[in-house]
Amino acid sequence: MIDPARQAVEATLAAGASDAEAYAVEEAGREVRAHGGEVESLTAATKRGVGVRAWAGARLGYAFGTDLSAEGIASLGARAAEAARVADEDEFAGPPDPAEPAVTALELADPSLAATSTAEVAELALEVERVALETDSRVAGVEQAVYADAAERIAIASSRGIAGEYETSSCYAYTQALAEGKDGSRETGLGFGLGRGPAALDPAAIGREAAERATAMIGAGKPESRSCPVVLDPTVASSFIGLIGKGLGANAVQRGRSPFAEMLGAEVADPALVLHDDGLDPTGFASSPFDGEGVPRRRTALIEAGRLQAYLFDTYTAHRGEAASTGNAGRSGYRSLPGVSASNLVVAPGRLDFDGLLGEAGEGVLVTDVAGLHSGVNPVSGVFSVGASGRAIRGGELAEPLREFTIASDLVSMLKAVREAGTDARWVPFGGSVSTPSLLVGAMTVAGS
Amino acid sequence: MSEPAELIAPEVAERVLARALANGGEFAEVFAERNAGMTMAIDESRLEAVQAGAEQGAGVRVLSGGTTYFAHVDGLDPDDLERAADEAAAALRAERAEPRPLQAVASTPHAIEQRPAEIPAERKAALLRELDERGRGAGAEIAQFMASYAEVRREVAIANSEGLFTGDDRTRARIGAQAVARRGETVETGAETLGGHRGFELFGDDPGSIAEQAARKALTLLDASPAPAGSMPVVVGGGFGGVLFHEMTGHGLEADHIQKGASVYVGKLGEQVAQPLLTAYDDGRMPNEWGSDAVDDEGAPTQKTMVIEDGKLVSYLFDGLTARRDDVASTGNGRRESFRHLPVPRMTNTYIAPGDAEPEAIIAEVERGFYAVSFGGGQVDPATGDFVFGVSEGYLIEGGRVTRPCRGATLIGNCLQALVAIDAVGNDFEMKTGVCGKAGQKVPVGTGQGHVRIGAMTVGGTEV
Repeated sequence: MIDPARQAVEATLAAGASDAEAYAVEEAGREVRAHGGEVESLTAATKRGVGVRAWAGARLGYAFGTDLSAEGIASLGARAAEAARVADEDEFAGPPDPAEPAVTALELADPSLAATSTAEVAELALEVERVALETDSRVAGVEQAVYADAAERIAIASSRGIAGEYETSSCYAYTQALAEGKDGSRETGLGFGLGRGPAALDPAAIGREAAERATAMIGAGKPESRSCPVVLDPTVASSFIGLIGKGLGANAVQRGRSPFAEMLGAEVADPALVLHDDGLDPTGFASSPFDGEGVPRRRTALIEAGRLQAYLFDTYTAHRGEAASTGNAGRSGYRSLPGVSASNLVVAPGRLDFDGLLGEAGEGVLVTDVAGLHSGVNPVSGVFSVGASGRAIRGGELAEPLREFTIASDLVSMLKAVREAGTDARWVPFGGSVSTPSLLVGAMTVAGS
Repeated sequence: MSEPAELIAPEVAERVLARALANGGEFAEVFAERNAGMTMAIDESRLEAVQAGAEQGAGVRVLSGGTTYFAHVDGLDPDDLERAADEAAAALRAERAEPRPLQAVASTPHAIEQRPAEIPAERKAALLRELDERGRGAGAEIAQFMASYAEVRREVAIANSEGLFTGDDRTRARIGAQAVARRGETVETGAETLGGHRGFELFGDDPGSIAEQAARKALTLLDASPAPAGSMPVVVGGGFGGVLFHEMTGHGLEADHIQKGASVYVGKLGEQVAQPLLTAYDDGRMPNEWGSDAVDDEGAPTQKTMVIEDGKLVSYLFDGLTARRDDVASTGNGRRESFRHLPVPRMTNTYIAPGDAEPEAIIAEVERGFYAVSFGGGQVDPATGDFVFGVSEGYLIEGGRVTRPCRGATLIGNCLQALVAIDAVGNDFEMKTGVCGKAGQKVPVGTGQGHVRIGAMTVGGTEV
């Protein structure tokens, strides 16, 4: 894809831009949805497109398209150059200059992906469903078992001399099991797994997790409203860590829209909570040799020793903040302008296993699911109140299931109230790419009955 | 009228459908799309993020037994379309159906007076500058203001092996405003949007007022105290309050959830699910409304479907596949985000019809309760009926009067219980625009209602 990227840069310069950068993507993917022991749908997808940033001095414009013919690329360059003329001048808007990559050999593509037939991955999805149904007689059904994969080739070229290309692959499978109580009440439970290729997925484990999560919730009631210790399991902790990662982006910070603004070096967490952004973690799904504008990825300590160590920068916020880019320009495909975003957020495992966390909590609540995060959190102040379900913790052990309650706090208070991190870290795709263990929070408002 | 042949020639479509059925299958369809759009934003009073996009491509679908085979490609050249057909058919081994010759069916797209693409970009920029000026001018405590503009034109053509050949030409425009107010350490946000299946004429009548509305919400919240926690009567405001019905009932009526047994409304057709004062519709035909289209993304004409009549559940929402399974007609609710997605049953514009009650009286009857004016969003698990809504603007009701604003409130409950607990429906009415996510696809939807009261609901706040 480096050739169409280079052609798009030339076309944009020819249309009058002073600088240009093109981001090109080519992707092939599959998706299988299984239900009731049959394949419900089978999708084969190919995708390609180019997004172009054009600079007219200090003005920046963007255009994207799927037409990679000579004519299509010429039109793309012209639209990008035209968009730049409409924008206001911004002294920080300039393009990045080339830099030496920190690593050259990241193995991001699993060759077994292409070698696995569609029939084999369909069988994988069917097995996920089968195991979910067979694990427990109280599982009344499965909404859907899904397998999806994608192999991507990404290239960037710019008029400043950036030129790079890499391949990556990923796949995931999940299912949502439905459990039914004796009174006909229903509960759902999610099981999931992810990897670079299908060999990394354990369909039986995914099915079992869904069944266990759903059946554990049968007969759930509401907890008493109070402030108490709360354990967040990795799927829930990851959602909060994702929000924290957004708040640590320099764009939100510089524009005064982050609960972490003006807190560099300040105490923002209990020392038990250690957080890094690591764009080079070989096991991380957001890893790549360079970011969405061709700047090498790296590892950045965000929270260590309870203090805020750094913000995340792309080139724009680096210019504006007189800092260096941390290689955190993210893209959601060729259709979007790059913007600051976390790569892989990694919470360091702690000293207690899951049972140890429960024992330390004593009397409290385990949260295994949250809902309404996108609406229940104020991204500027960090104040949140979100719907939750999970289990009661009594005498340091799991007790009855709980649903229809809310947990409320603010992000910084929650980080400061963390007492322990567990040893059960896993990669979770909710809230970005996050690896986190369960977290014990000393006190949080739980609102139920 | 829309001309599908501009996107895909009928003889090419017939060839593609025949290839899609080459290895068998009962039904094949090609969905072709060409879209072009522009977005821009203003932030810190600087016009930025000017983006122009153009895409074209097609999705080919084959149905065989209980399985859907789907492939999509970028590009609309005959070669691209045939490649998609071959990929969709690749894994298929079944008995073959003969496609019928195509018969063009005319559709009447919603009327667009001023095509946004023909309006100079400077005028769109000027609109955002006006929003910025008015938002910032709304009060000294407005610390930040952002606004965005988006336009898109989507031309679609749909051909299937049953001989249907039709299309639609859809233009949508929308602006959004977001204000941040600050007083000391207290920071609050407020947002407002204006959108429609319309052209630039949408912005003819004082569009800048949404900036002031967003600012007013943020300023009001500066005086807010923590929301109460506990069970109490909840009055939901008109317009965007309709999100509540969309989430707690609309999704559960989508036929795919019903057929999988993953909805609390399974087997409830004909039953009383609400008090007789409640009647509700899904209407994809409302002229120029945000969630409207001439035909759905399978080529079925959109329609007005009564879903609840005097408290009784009377209809689910079907796309072609779920209608075929239940041997009924599609209700025109087969929608997809783009040619890269399969159609699924989706709402269009969903609303509670106006009732008899005066909004003031609905509040006056509440001794102690919560008034939820607008939501930041919501989420529901259709299988269990559990839902949660974040309240972006809410007040306490004390002694029949709206007293103080509250921050950080969440409404939480179960669909069936909350629906039957609606004990008052206002005679006011307003529609608002939203973007609904389901199965990884986002589509524009309208939500609407007047003031509605729920007898008892859990409010999750920070004040225990």
